[in-house]
Amino acid sequence: MVTRAECIAMLYPELHDKPVVTIMGACAQELYDLGHRDNFFYLQHAMGLASSIGLGLAMHLPHEQIVVLDGDGSVLMNLGTLATLARYRPRNLVHVIFDNGSLLSTGGFDSHTTSGITNLAAIARGAGIEHVAAVDSVVDFGEAAIDAFGRNDLSVIVAKVSAVGPNHYGMDLQLPENGFRFKRWIAGRKAAEVQ
Amino acid sequence: MSVSYENSKVVFQGIKDAGITSLSALPETWLGLLLQQAERDPDVRLIQVAREEEAIGIAAGAYFAGERHVLLMQNHGLLAAINGIVSLALLYGIPLCMLVALRGHWGEPYPWHTRGGIVTEPVLRALGIPFEYARNPHDVGRQIREAYTFSQSSLSPVALLLTRELMEEAL
Repeated sequence: MVTRAECIAMLYPELHDKPVVTIMGACAQELYDLGHRDNFFYLQHAMGLASSIGLGLAMHLPHEQIVVLDGDGSVLMNLGTLATLARYRPRNLVHVIFDNGSLLSTGGFDSHTTSGITNLAAIARGAGIEHVAAVDSVVDFGEAAIDAFGRNDLSVIVAKVSAVGPNHYGMDLQLPENGFRFKRWIAGRKAAEVQ
Repeated sequence: MSVSYENSKVVFQGIKDAGITSLSALPETWLGLLLQQAERDPDVRLIQVAREEEAIGIAAGAYFAGERHVLLMQNHGLLAAINGIVSLALLYGIPLCMLVALRGHWGEPYPWHTRGGIVTEPVLRALGIPFEYARNPHDVGRQIREAYTFSQSSLSPVALLLTRELMEEAL
């Protein structure tokens, strides 16, 4: 099975000019370790809200493509977000859900998606999202990502990944500093747009 | 008891006069007439959520995007949104201007609203969220403007509590 780190590494070259919101823990760390950029915002708590931040960004920044790197545990805490995304259908949002079937960052307890019990892609489709890809290999993830970035429509990718994370945690970045710099990066892009 | 059409208009006008261009909301009775006006207004974007905690994330996204945004919710929705308020807004220093329908307080006939109404003010105090009561249509526009300004300067959530006196028709 593919790892989340492999998938993020595959996406990384596409992320240099896009606002990116990640969830806490392993996912944030794996992106950070590839090289932090001011357009990356790591939501290190408030589980479930990464996709809501992504929606708020996407609806107010129509000229940017927004990327959310989410996880099964976080999405399960805020399933309503899939219905809200479907209703407003921002065409500039790519919502990647890494489904490792595990609450890895808190000790590896099984989540409801383990053993195929809960199917997040089916929930996303049932919520009314048209473009939902369910993938479990590097190749399929890459293809789904290319489709999503080129589609100009709300896209969800549910990627089954193995329940492994980094062997270390830590960032040289204070949480409010991350937010301030993220906001400045967006403001700079908007200023450049106007010119 | 019915919702005041006139005062709903005044509150919405106050939101407009504060330069707000984006609203997130979970509809509830006292906010209904106000949200109907928002839906009809081409200069205001209304985003309805399934649960109020989502709106904390949406408001943060709007803030990062440089948009003037306010949140509309019932006080029970505020209670449902607390982890987002604490672990996103307070943790990262993200302003939130929350207009909160204060159900379950003086004059409340419905038992189901009462516990939420009784705990709202102490919860806001415990969270360190500055708040004010909006009781009077002559003041509410200024209060909305000031709430928004203070949220931005303090990088903090602030709450304006919309009272029965303001939101319901006088008998």
